[in-house]
Amino acid sequence: MSYIADDVDVIVVGAGHAGCEAGLASARIGANTIMFTMNLDSVALMPCNPNVGGSSKGHLVKEIDALGGEMGKNTDKTFIQSRMLNTGKGPAVYSLRVQVDKVAYTIEMKKTIENTENLILKQDEVTNLIIEDKKIVGVQTVSGAIYKSKSVVLATGTYLNAKCLHGSTVINSGPNGLAMSIKLSESLDDIGVKKYRFKTGSPARVDGRTIDYSKMDRQDGDEKIVPFSFENENIKLECEQVPCYLTYTNEETHKIINDNLSRSPMYSGEIKGVATRYCPSIEDKIVRFKGKDRHQVFVEPEGLNTNEMYIQGMSSSLPEEVQIQMYRTMKGLENCRFTRTAYAIEYDCIDSTALKLTLEFKEVDGLYSAGQFNGSSGYEEAAAQGLIAGINACNKALGKESIIVDRSEGYIGVLIDDLVTKGTEEPYRMMTSRAEYRLLLRQDNADIRLSEKGYKVGLISESRYNRLLEKIKNVEEEKERLKTVTVPPSEKLNNLLEKVGSTKINTGIKLNDLIKRPEVNYEMLEEFDFNRLPLKESEKEQVNIQIKYEGYISRQLKQVGQFKKLESKKLEENFDYDQVENLRVEAKQKLNKIKPENIGRASRITGVSPADISVLLIFLEKARQEKSKKTDA
Amino acid sequence: MRLNLGDTIVAIATPVGSGGIGIVRISGDDSVKILSKIFKSVNDNKKVEKIKSHTINYGYIYDGDKLVDEVLVSVMKAPKTYTKEDVVEINCHGGIRAVNKVLETVIKNGGRLADRGEFTKRGFLNGRIDLSQAEGIIDIINAKTDLGHNRAIKILEGSLSNAIKEYREEILLMIANIEVSIDYPEHELEHENNLETEKKTKVLIKKMEKLISNFDKGKIIREGISTVILGKPNVGKSSLLNNLVGEDKAIVTDIKGTTRDAIVEYINIKDIPLKIIDTAGIRNTEDIIERKGVEKSKEYAKEAELCFVVIDISEKLEDEDKEVLKIVKGKKVIVLLNKIDLGKKVEVKEIEKYVDKEDIIEISAKKDIGLEKLFERLEEKFFDGDIDGDEEIYISNRHKQCLVKAKMSLETVIESVNMGMEEDLLVIDLKDSYDSLLEITGENLGDNIIDKIFSEFCLGK
Repeated sequence: MSYIADDVDVIVVGAGHAGCEAGLASARIGANTIMFTMNLDSVALMPCNPNVGGSSKGHLVKEIDALGGEMGKNTDKTFIQSRMLNTGKGPAVYSLRVQVDKVAYTIEMKKTIENTENLILKQDEVTNLIIEDKKIVGVQTVSGAIYKSKSVVLATGTYLNAKCLHGSTVINSGPNGLAMSIKLSESLDDIGVKKYRFKTGSPARVDGRTIDYSKMDRQDGDEKIVPFSFENENIKLECEQVPCYLTYTNEETHKIINDNLSRSPMYSGEIKGVATRYCPSIEDKIVRFKGKDRHQVFVEPEGLNTNEMYIQGMSSSLPEEVQIQMYRTMKGLENCRFTRTAYAIEYDCIDSTALKLTLEFKEVDGLYSAGQFNGSSGYEEAAAQGLIAGINACNKALGKESIIVDRSEGYIGVLIDDLVTKGTEEPYRMMTSRAEYRLLLRQDNADIRLSEKGYKVGLISESRYNRLLEKIKNVEEEKERLKTVTVPPSEKLNNLLEKVGSTKINTGIKLNDLIKRPEVNYEMLEEFDFNRLPLKESEKEQVNIQIKYEGYISRQLKQVGQFKKLESKKLEENFDYDQVENLRVEAKQKLNKIKPENIGRASRITGVSPADISVLLIFLEKARQEKSKKTDA
Repeated sequence: MRLNLGDTIVAIATPVGSGGIGIVRISGDDSVKILSKIFKSVNDNKKVEKIKSHTINYGYIYDGDKLVDEVLVSVMKAPKTYTKEDVVEINCHGGIRAVNKVLETVIKNGGRLADRGEFTKRGFLNGRIDLSQAEGIIDIINAKTDLGHNRAIKILEGSLSNAIKEYREEILLMIANIEVSIDYPEHELEHENNLETEKKTKVLIKKMEKLISNFDKGKIIREGISTVILGKPNVGKSSLLNNLVGEDKAIVTDIKGTTRDAIVEYINIKDIPLKIIDTAGIRNTEDIIERKGVEKSKEYAKEAELCFVVIDISEKLEDEDKEVLKIVKGKKVIVLLNKIDLGKKVEVKEIEKYVDKEDIIEISAKKDIGLEKLFERLEEKFFDGDIDGDEEIYISNRHKQCLVKAKMSLETVIESVNMGMEEDLLVIDLKDSYDSLLEITGENLGDNIIDKIFSEFCLGK
């Protein structure tokens, strides 16, 4: 029987990484929000790897935090090892990556949600979307209860019509044996959403007591711990760090895999989903890279209160008995026992070009979606979308303006723009090479780039915002000052310069110019600089980077200027591109499908050429001139 | 290829070879900035930034320390200009080479070679030019996409395109190497360090320099398709030649022939470079039907890539005509039945015995009838792969400019390595270089890097 159970502003379906950010953002801004999850004990679950961050994903977490999201804070509370990667490769690609205690992560996130005002977390299965006149009005649960709302965020992850496989074993469930959902996927068909079927996988977990770590390479965390959250900036985070380990596959491993390839559901045709190139299974790697005689395998703890170890690099859908054989060929894993078998998972997701940049469905007013449901992969990618979808769903319900992060403002912008403009035909992973202005999109300046947005939307507190303004001011003042201070040559200074491998000076030199030398940095010149402003660590870092890479930064800023010019040329939402005579058919179709908001975005659509854009611009200008002539007359 | 609407563009505003003075026009935000880097006023103290709008200034263009040309420069500040952007016009006096050199200097300092019709397009889009004036822009753009695009690709088939593909591939691999080490830091990959990137970049720069110098030496542009005009006396060979090299056509250059006594004319027809060998014999004496003449014709025909056989259609076909047609048998030929304005006494069928019907065209060189048909046929033959030029011939000025830009970006890569910059920063200029090469074929960078990463490296969880 159906009955009206509640009437709220925003409903979030799912409590994974996307759902949590969406629910929290919505409630924090001030909308009455309900979050539904199929299982209350799996809030913010990490069904695969036990870590957060890494190249470009670390950037996403920093940006989520800068906008007022939760992932960075929750990670800072629950990490058990922290490393800054890529430190020698340039400031833009420094990447923070931490191991977290999975269970603690879930518990902390759930605690935060439970203690957030306006937010209700509820275990139930949403089976139907209720849509009237192309507008969402609520959802219905499996028991028939109707929850009315002004907007809805779908963040169902990999649970829609999910199927887990290894060998000939097929289990109709979501990850970790959690129940999957069929009805909601069907209800999407009713509103004509195009769906894809994607595939991903997870390696086995192994009982730590059965691993011989002495045969593996040990990897420890960094001594200096850098927090994800800007709220923890300049604070020393305490953590008893635990090590990870490294081992390798070998010829024997590869032989077992090759001998049993036909038993993999990937090769037998049982799996129909599209796999991502970003995290192939071990059998995929062996088939595709025949020349490679070994592959790295990382052994990582799942948490502090468990013996389970995650075997990164060994995702597989081969039969269980083959898996155990091949795992046992590796050094240190000779006697290993599985606690969980590796598996492949197939699930339904949508063609993300059905969405606007706000993550709202073009065809259904008030319906938003985020995360793996949109075809992405990874916790961080999901959380980033969840945050934006949550903010916009809430603002819609409250009658406020929606927000967009553009490609020049953050990786979040790149992620969402790629998804909704180009679409994706395999699970989408964030990568630094996808960001064209990445020297500007550094993890160290995510707050400077995005916290004003977070403040305006109501997710960054007044005091945090003021701290940011002060940081910006201090950095600017110090940079200006360094341009005016000249240091004279001295024995002491020349000794220092010689020591770091830089050329000595004979005449006075501006501090600014000295810092520009690659061997020199702001910090080391302290004793030659008498009027230094008392800067915080994070401010010193900004001064150093901004001076050192000034040339490159200003070049990218110029490109951003070009980019913004194109983005500011608006297009009408309901413009019919068929009326533009000289546009090629393919361009017309693509433009009509995507309905880009502006010329810049139109130019990024696959299949729309620069010449098409010229034709379009000329058409629009013509129309404008004709119109103004008419008004004149 | 990037979508560029607001960058600074430059082009030669006067038809090439149309006279002693050439104008290089620049438009965009950086016009004045670029000029300030390359222009020295005769009045030494006069700074470019201080030049009054809409005035003419006398001075010199320098490429670094090297004097390029003596010029008159006008600076026109927005919005009262053709494009409604800042416009600079440089009047050069030193002939084609100087004009090209000035153009290059502007590009080196941040200008981008404009597309066809781009100044007009900008003027229109910025609301400066009205509808009637803008007619035809769309045609130009369309031409560029359809025919133009295919043509670009076809032109590039051959050694130049192979060279550029090779450079692109090498740059892409360098980028992918760096990117993969950034995106997958925990994986052991044979990624290159900066010194290896530097080494590879240097090799690439050398290769590009060689290709560019080919152009500079004139080899590439001057080596058109070697073409000879044959025919008995008085059929109108000279008229044809005059028509082809006439004022409205782009004469690339003309130098006294070095071989024998032939004069070589270089012309561009529909972007197809032709090297027309006009034999001294044909010009000076009318003795081609003499035995010696026939021998000579044979000789020229043998060496030529393409033969134009001219026959007087207003007179009956004679043995001498047939003799010529026999000589060119098996060669790439277009038979021109000239003087159609004076009557028709030759049947096309008679000629069909010797050459394909499509290759017989009725014209009047004097009255300018049928020439368009000749050009079209030439284009067809050219783009059907019927006529092949020598190696590396089809490098246009545009190709060269793109190559110069690509090379400059690579030089910045070396500079960055020497400055001790980290690998991520090298990618910026490697990508710029890659982009410049893509501009030659009008392709998009798209997901090339990511595809490369996953085809070359083994990654995953």
